[in-house]
Amino acid sequence: MSNKEKHWEKTRGLMWTTLAIWFFFGYVVFMFGESINSASFLGYPLAYYMCAQGSLIAFVVLLFWFANKQEAIDEEFGFAEKEDE
Amino acid sequence: MIKGKFIDNLPKIYGIYTGGFLAFIILMAIAEQMGMDAKTIGVCFVAFTVGIYALIGWLSRTIQVDAYYVAGRQVPTVFNGMATAADWMSGASFVAMAGGIYFGGYTYMAFLVGWTGGYILVSSLLAPYLRKFGCYTVPDFIGTRYGGSLARFCAVVVLVLASFTYVTAQINATGTIASRALGIPFELGVWVGLISILLCSMLGGMRAVTWTQVAQYIVLIVAYLLPVFWMSNKNGFGFFPHLMLGDEVGRIADLEAQFGLIKNSAADIAAAGVPAGLGYISNPHSEVPAGGMAAWKFISLAICMMVGTASLPHILMRYFTTPSVKSARKSVAWSLFFIFLLYSSAPMLATLSKLQLMDPSLATGIIGRSIADVQALEWVQNWSAAKQVFIADFNGDGVLQLNEWFMRGDVVVLATPEVAGLPYVISGLVAAGGMAAAMSTADGLVLAIANALSHDLYFKIIDPKADVAKRLIVARVLLVIIGAAGAYIASMRITSILGAVAWAFDFAMSGLFFPLVLGVWWKRANRAGAIAGMVLGLAAGTAYLIYVGPKFMAQTPWLGIDHLRFGIIGAPVSLIAMVVVSLMTDAPDKATQAMVDEVRIPSGKTILSNK
Repeated sequence: MSNKEKHWEKTRGLMWTTLAIWFFFGYVVFMFGESINSASFLGYPLAYYMCAQGSLIAFVVLLFWFANKQEAIDEEFGFAEKEDE
Repeated sequence: MIKGKFIDNLPKIYGIYTGGFLAFIILMAIAEQMGMDAKTIGVCFVAFTVGIYALIGWLSRTIQVDAYYVAGRQVPTVFNGMATAADWMSGASFVAMAGGIYFGGYTYMAFLVGWTGGYILVSSLLAPYLRKFGCYTVPDFIGTRYGGSLARFCAVVVLVLASFTYVTAQINATGTIASRALGIPFELGVWVGLISILLCSMLGGMRAVTWTQVAQYIVLIVAYLLPVFWMSNKNGFGFFPHLMLGDEVGRIADLEAQFGLIKNSAADIAAAGVPAGLGYISNPHSEVPAGGMAAWKFISLAICMMVGTASLPHILMRYFTTPSVKSARKSVAWSLFFIFLLYSSAPMLATLSKLQLMDPSLATGIIGRSIADVQALEWVQNWSAAKQVFIADFNGDGVLQLNEWFMRGDVVVLATPEVAGLPYVISGLVAAGGMAAAMSTADGLVLAIANALSHDLYFKIIDPKADVAKRLIVARVLLVIIGAAGAYIASMRITSILGAVAWAFDFAMSGLFFPLVLGVWWKRANRAGAIAGMVLGLAAGTAYLIYVGPKFMAQTPWLGIDHLRFGIIGAPVSLIAMVVVSLMTDAPDKATQAMVDEVRIPSGKTILSNK
């Protein structure tokens, strides 16, 4: 397998991991909204909290994590951009 | 001013700008104490901020193609994040979202999840690759990746349809706010809004829009957060509302149980003469509605908004302006962070304003009080006169019940400071914030449409030999024409703000999502497949919209997929059509496949600069 193919395989792996986490916080949590809402977090009902703040925070953290991971992958295979801002 | 050095000095320049804006707020507050009247303060706020944007637009004027279309590809990560956040958060986000939560409660909050989660798709599937591609517009990617004018043309059609649906709503919002703040008729307000929008974008294209959007973000975030924190502290709910309103959410649930969530019949509402567009509280604030159907409606709305986000050209094109692929990725993360600051505050604002009206133990509470007392309140009189609030005493007992208080959703943001008894300077600030939100989105949209028409339709298809000067003149003329068309339609008041906004997402996801994503992620995707995907996806989505749309055939939706969610039908049709047709026709040629390989690695020159 060429360097490019290996790089793409890892990139694709990261993409699927990212989308799995996204799917969990975007949809799975809310499939069970009714049952988790009786639990509470910071005094808020849990499902309410998740759509008001929880999932949003998860998305922000996920994006920074994803960007750093992908940079590491690019560097590992020597495809990182040279000039930088 | 804006050359090389300008980029290095950005934090300083915007730091001074923010300081100046805060000083202006304080100045206005002092003026209010000294007796300046409310109307003058409103005019000052709108005029001052719009004046600044126009100044930035003038300073950013350009005659270079790269600067006009992609801001010279030198917008730093964090600033591009702010610009994207302003581009993204529309008049609807700013003015209507808290009101939506106020009336819809948990069910409505699917929009919050949907309008943030989409950025994961933007970053992981599209933005970095489109940046590497080096295109000027989204149809530019489709046209080059799949080849041929027809594919490019189809992409232009989807882009125009989705963005135009969206832009009329923005110009509408600009007009509403301008007319209120300046005290002029709505129809005139729309044209004032349009002129302000064009001042920001016409001379400098993407470069001007970028730097005004950063300025607009600062105004809108201050205008949104300040009242939320102030109200929370003033009422003693907690100094950091986001972490401390748990009890208040619980209190609303108790009050709902106490007052009862009564649904009025349509006949009663009509008989009482409630003005159109006003709502009342009949949904629980934090309770999750029971049953699988309710969960599906939540999730299907979130899907449409997320996938739509990743297909909206005015958002994708913001990531064409970063200096590198790496910074495009980081910039998406910053965008969502800046969006999060406002979106996480919307439910808090809804909670605060709901409780201050509902809670009889608060001085501001109106439910359970005598109707004569409520009607004597100054803010109720002001907003009743504007047909934004309404009281209908259904049971004739002279006491205001929860189901007897009608209000327009926008009032939650626009009137809450007044209700809470905050100084008028805050209301002026909120008007300036709403104006900034609507203008920044309208700018991005008008520019996306005009750029697609001037670059893809005019330059790439009609007249490939046109020189730079001619191209930029065409781009500017189109900008004015599209803006004027949007303003004309907005002035006819065809659709409510939010219905139209959701449609834009559905149109975009039906026609563009899979052709864009598979263009990067599936080498086998070819021209015939992409065209089939765009045409059939859009056709299926549109046909379904006409089938269920309340203003069209108004048929019963399948599985709860109503007119806000028609992308659920369009996008899968697009995927299937694209895959089937691609596999039935020849694989793309070697050069195209090599191009896709090249897109997938960040290093090296952009694809288009090699051609």
